[in-house]
Amino acid sequence: MQALYAQLLVGLINGSFYALLSLGLAVIFGMLNIINFAHGALYMMGAFCAYFLLNLGGLGYWWALLIAPIAVGIFGMILERTLLQWLAGLDHLYGLLLTFGIALIVQGVFQNYFGSSGLPYAIPDYPKIAGFNGLQGGMNLGFMFLPVYRGWVVVFSLVVCLATWFLIERTRLGAYLRAATENPTLVRAFGINVPRMITLTYGLGVGLAALAGVLSAPINQVRPLMGADLIIVVFAVVVIGGMGSIMGSIITGFALGVVEGLTKYFYPEASNTVVFVLMVLVLLVKPTGLTGRAA
Amino acid sequence: MPELSTAAPGAVKTATGGQILSVKNLEAWYGESHILHGINFDVNAGEVVTLLGRNGAGKTTTLKSIMGMIGKRTGSVRFNSEELIRTTSDRIARLGVAFCPEERGIFASLDVRENLLLPPVVRAGGLTLDQIFDLFPNLKERLASQGTKLSGGEQQMLAIARILRTGASFLMLDEPTEGLAPVIIQQIGHTIARLKREGFTILLVEQNFRFASTVADRYYIVEHGKVIDGFANSELSANMDKLHTYLGV
Amino acid sequence: MTAMTDNALQASPRAMRDEMVVFGLMAVLLAIVPWTGIYPFFVMQALCFALLACAFNLLIGYGGLLSFGHAMFLGTAGYCSAHALKVWGLSPELGILTGTAAAALLGVVTGYISIRRQGIYFSMITLALSQLLYFIYLQAPFTHGEDGIQGIPQGYLFGVFNLANATTLYYVILAGFLCGFLLIFRTINSPFGEVLKSIRENEQRATSLGYKTDQYKLLAFILSGTLAGLAGALKVFVAQNASLTDVHWSMSGEIVLMTLVGGLGTIFGPVVGAFVIIAMQQYLASFGQWVTVIQGVIFVACVLTFRRGVVGEIAHYFRLSL
Repeated sequence: MQALYAQLLVGLINGSFYALLSLGLAVIFGMLNIINFAHGALYMMGAFCAYFLLNLGGLGYWWALLIAPIAVGIFGMILERTLLQWLAGLDHLYGLLLTFGIALIVQGVFQNYFGSSGLPYAIPDYPKIAGFNGLQGGMNLGFMFLPVYRGWVVVFSLVVCLATWFLIERTRLGAYLRAATENPTLVRAFGINVPRMITLTYGLGVGLAALAGVLSAPINQVRPLMGADLIIVVFAVVVIGGMGSIMGSIITGFALGVVEGLTKYFYPEASNTVVFVLMVLVLLVKPTGLTGRAA
Repeated sequence: MPELSTAAPGAVKTATGGQILSVKNLEAWYGESHILHGINFDVNAGEVVTLLGRNGAGKTTTLKSIMGMIGKRTGSVRFNSEELIRTTSDRIARLGVAFCPEERGIFASLDVRENLLLPPVVRAGGLTLDQIFDLFPNLKERLASQGTKLSGGEQQMLAIARILRTGASFLMLDEPTEGLAPVIIQQIGHTIARLKREGFTILLVEQNFRFASTVADRYYIVEHGKVIDGFANSELSANMDKLHTYLGV
Repeated sequence: MTAMTDNALQASPRAMRDEMVVFGLMAVLLAIVPWTGIYPFFVMQALCFALLACAFNLLIGYGGLLSFGHAMFLGTAGYCSAHALKVWGLSPELGILTGTAAAALLGVVTGYISIRRQGIYFSMITLALSQLLYFIYLQAPFTHGEDGIQGIPQGYLFGVFNLANATTLYYVILAGFLCGFLLIFRTINSPFGEVLKSIRENEQRATSLGYKTDQYKLLAFILSGTLAGLAGALKVFVAQNASLTDVHWSMSGEIVLMTLVGGLGTIFGPVVGAFVIIAMQQYLASFGQWVTVIQGVIFVACVLTFRRGVVGEIAHYFRLSL
C-alpha cells in the first residue's frame, strides 16, 4: 500500500504540472488564438532561473518562486511584443509553427551550454519553524510517509490554480479577459487597451509555466529538455479536457496525473503512454473533449 | 419616472450647441473591399442625428470608422476639434465617445452585472447604477443572469445601459430597435428622448424610419458609401417623397 | 478560418504544362547526379526526406491539415522494413512492401482518430499519437530500444539489382521517389484533389455540397501516411539502420520545417526544402546543438517573413504554378 500511496503522490505532483501548464495554454489560447508550443521551453527556463538565482545570485528557493515567474513572464511579454503580435489575422497553425521555432531556439541554446544531463537543485532547508527543516524531510501520516516538499508542491499548485481561476472568473480584470476573448474589437472600443492585455495575458500564462518549472526543479532536477516531452503530454491533456473552461483544465490536469500515478503502480510499462491512450479513447467517444466546446 | 439628477458630462446646455463631431471625406476599407467613398456630415452638441439608408449603404461602417474599429480609414473625423482618424479605438473611447453595436455585443461568459460594469469610466459624471436601474428596471432583477440569457429587448437595454455609466457624452447607437417588439421600441424611444434632454449627443443608425422620426433632430441619407442628402426634422414632410425613393419603401 | 497557405493553386492547362516541364527538368537533374561527383549518399537521403515532405505537404497544402506527427510513419515503416529484411530475411521488394503496408495500416488507425478534430487540435493529436508510438517503440523488444536495428542487409532487388552498389541503390531510390511524387501529383490534379482543396478552403460548403468531408480527409491522411512510409522503407536501405530518431517529435518538426522552407502547398517546394535542410545539417553538423537553434530561427523567420517558402516566392514572382 505504501508504494501505491507514493505513486499516487507522484501522480498528483505531475498532475500539478499538467494543471499549471494546461491552464496557461488555455488562457493564452483564449486571448491570442495561439497554441503556445514554447510553453515547455519556458517551463524549463523557470527552473533554470531558479538555478541561476541560487548559484549566481545566492538567492534561494523562496526568492526563486517569486522572481522566476516574473522574469520569465517578462521574457514572454517581450516575445509577444516582438514576434507573436505579427501573427494577428493569420491561420492559428502559424502560431504553432512560430512558437515551435521559439522552443527549438530556447532549448537549443540551453542544451548548448548545459548539455542534456540534469543539474541538481536542493530542497530548501529554511525557514525552520515548528520542527520543520524548511521543506526538507518528511512526516509520517500513519498510512504513508509524506516527503514535505512533495506535499508542498501539490498544495501550493492547487492554491495557485484556484487563485488563477478566481482571478479570471471572479474579478473585474478577469471579466475584461473573458470579454476580450469573445470580442476583442468591441472591448477595445470600450476604452480598454486590448493589445496590452494580450501581452499581459501571455506573460501570465508563461509565468504559470515558469512557476511550475521552479516547483519541479528540486524533484526532477534542472535539464534543458525537461519541458520538451512534458509539453506533448500537456497537449494531450488539453485535447482531453478542452480549452473552454479554466476549472476544466485544472481538474483534467490533476485527474490525469493521478491516473498516470495509478498506472505506474498497477502496470508501470504503460505509465508513459496512458495519457495518450486516454486521449485516443476520449476522441473516439467524445471528440470535442470532456469540457471543451467544438473548435 | 423621476428625472435624472445629473446632466450628461460636458454637455452643452443649449439644445443645439457648437459642433461636436465633424466627418470629412471619410473613406474606409474592409480588407480589399472599399466600403466608404467619402462621407461628410456634422453633429452638433445636444442633437440626435440619424443616418438613414438601405442595407449595405455603409451606415454601420461609418459608426465603426468614427469609433476607430475599422483598420484602414482615411479622411478626417474631428471630435471636439480633436482628430481621430489615426487614433486607436480605446483612446477614442477615452475621449468620451461610446458605441452600442448593432449585434449588441453582450458577452456570454459574463453575467449581467459584469456586462454592465465592463466599460471603464472614462470621465466623471456618468450615470450611477441607481439612475440606470431607474431607466431600465428589468436589468436590476437580472443582475446575476448570464448576459446572453436575457431577452432581445433586455440585451438591447443592457447594451445601452453599460455605455451610459462611462461618462461619455457622445453616444453612437447602431439600430437599437432592430428585431424588438413595439412596446420595447417605445421604451427605447423614451430613453433616447430623455438622454437628449439630459444633454447627451446621439448619433443613431436606423432602418426603422418611423422610429427615427420620433427622436431625431436631423437626418442624413447614406447611399453607396456616401452621404447624398440631409435635412432637419422640420423639413421632413417636404422631403417625404425623396425619402421613399432613397429608402425604397 | 483562412486557408493556411498563401500559395494559390490553380489547375489550368498552362499550369499543368509548367509543372510537367519542371518535373522533367528535376528528373533529368536527379538522374545525372551519379556522374557529377556529388556524394550520392547525401542525395539519396535528401530524396527520402523529399518524398516524406511531399507526403506531408499533401495533407497541409491540399487538405489544410497540419500533421505534427509524420515521423511516426517514417519510423514505423523503417522498423518494419528493417525487421522484415534482417530477422525474417525477406527480399528488398517485400521489405519495402512490409514497411509501406505497416505505415498504411497505421495511417488508417491514426487517421480515424485524428481527423475527428480540426485545426490546431489535429496538430496536437497527431503529435501526441506519434509520441505514443515513440514510447511503444522505446519499450518494444523488436526495435532494440536505444540501439535501434543495425546492420540491415541491402540484398538484391527483384533478385537482380545489387543494392550494395551505391549507383544501383541511387537509381532505385530515385525511382521510388519519382513514383511517389507522380502519385501525389496525380492525386492533386484529380477530382479527389479538387474536393480536398475545396474542403481546405471551406469545409462547411463542401459538406453542404454533399461531400463526406471526413472520408476525403481520412483517405488523404492514409495516402499521405503510406507515402511517408514508403520514404521510411527506402531510407532503411540508405542508412542501413532504423532508430528512435526517426520516430522522435523533432523529426516531425524537421518534416514541417522542410515543407515550410520550400513552400507549403507548392508541388516542388517540399523537394527543395528537403535538400536545403539536409544540406544545412550536413554542413553545420560540427556546430552541435546550434543546428537546433538555427532550425528554430528558420522557423521563426519563415513564419514571420517568408510564408510562401522558396518555391512559393519564385512561383509568385514569375506568376507560375509550381
